[in-house]
Amino acid sequence: MPKVKPHRTSPSLDMTPMVDLAFLLVTFFMLTTQFRPDEAVVVDTPSSTSDLVAPESDILTLTIDKNKRVFVGIDKQPTKAAALQAIAARHGISFTPTQIKQFSLMPNFGVPIEQLGSYLDKDTEQRKALNKGLPGVPYDSLNNQMIDWVLEARKANIQNFKKPLYMVIKGDAGADVPTVQKVIKELQEKNINRFNLVTSLEMKPVAGAGK
Amino acid sequence: MAEIQQKGGDSGKGGKKRAKKSSTKIDMTPMVDLAFLLLTFFMLTTTFAKPNVMQLTMPVKDKTHEDDTQIKASEAVNIILGPEDKVYYYFGLNNPNDKSVPKPELKVTNYSQTGIRQVLLARQQQQPQPVVLIKPYSFEGKEARYKNMVDILDEMNITNQKKYALVDIPKADIDLIKDSKL
Repeated sequence: MPKVKPHRTSPSLDMTPMVDLAFLLVTFFMLTTQFRPDEAVVVDTPSSTSDLVAPESDILTLTIDKNKRVFVGIDKQPTKAAALQAIAARHGISFTPTQIKQFSLMPNFGVPIEQLGSYLDKDTEQRKALNKGLPGVPYDSLNNQMIDWVLEARKANIQNFKKPLYMVIKGDAGADVPTVQKVIKELQEKNINRFNLVTSLEMKPVAGAGK
Repeated sequence: MAEIQQKGGDSGKGGKKRAKKSSTKIDMTPMVDLAFLLLTFFMLTTTFAKPNVMQLTMPVKDKTHEDDTQIKASEAVNIILGPEDKVYYYFGLNNPNDKSVPKPELKVTNYSQTGIRQVLLARQQQQPQPVVLIKPYSFEGKEARYKNMVDILDEMNITNQKKYALVDIPKADIDLIKDSKL
């Protein structure tokens, strides 16, 4: 009898399906990923049991930090550029196309319009260093630039995209209520009455414990 | 995959010169390496989490104050968001100038689930339609925190309280807190 030889299989196996899957996943993650924008201020949002999610686009975010500063952020770039030009014209300031480009790339800002020009001339690293000492967008009744930004952005967004802007207020848990109330009041004066307060999700209380 | 192409496999025979037939397989290992590297990178950096929001609809500002609703003393629940995460509350109205209105009894509690939530639930049992007035404290640099405001609005949702309003704190309420020493 001849010796039974073990059938030798080649050690290389067909990896094609695995590669297919890998590329499918790469494509998926590449398309869905959204990089966290480098925001001018970091706030720690309070938690609530509300499970509504923020609107996807056409958002105007008013960030309020612990030191009573207000930062304005607009998501759509054309809206941002249009609002900048409208406000600059009102204050008799002009911006170069490079500055406008820089401005539309920033997720939010907290500088009065008078200082915005020199702020935009700085590079990203220098800006990051400056962010701690920024004064925020003025919102007192004498010089209320915050409301100007809101109104111009709303106008520009309707012109560009035919969609209203959602007002999102992102307050730090340690921010004081009078500041938040003042911001809300200023907006109410202009007939803006719907707000979305950004919160992080907290578990709903169990039915037995609370109710 | 991962096969190494055999090179120079020509046997030394000086026969007919043939066009060298190379295998159609190419080594895909580097490509796969790169694919997985990218996959890992995107998987780790991606964020699916969208921020949650709480909707707040404020009343349209009435310039004339003609339509201002008057709240009955029996319906009113006053919640004052104090500094240092304290919650003060009293039922009824506080009007020190009107001698016919008895001075309300001020109590203090906290934001935990055994605190203000139980007070509201108990009140809803006694009085089917309470109106909650939320007053953030602000006096002499002592203020309620924004977290407190969100917490109390959240309690309104949890206890299913329909009528509530965010109002400024009147001087009388500040005095009430000061006198109570709570």
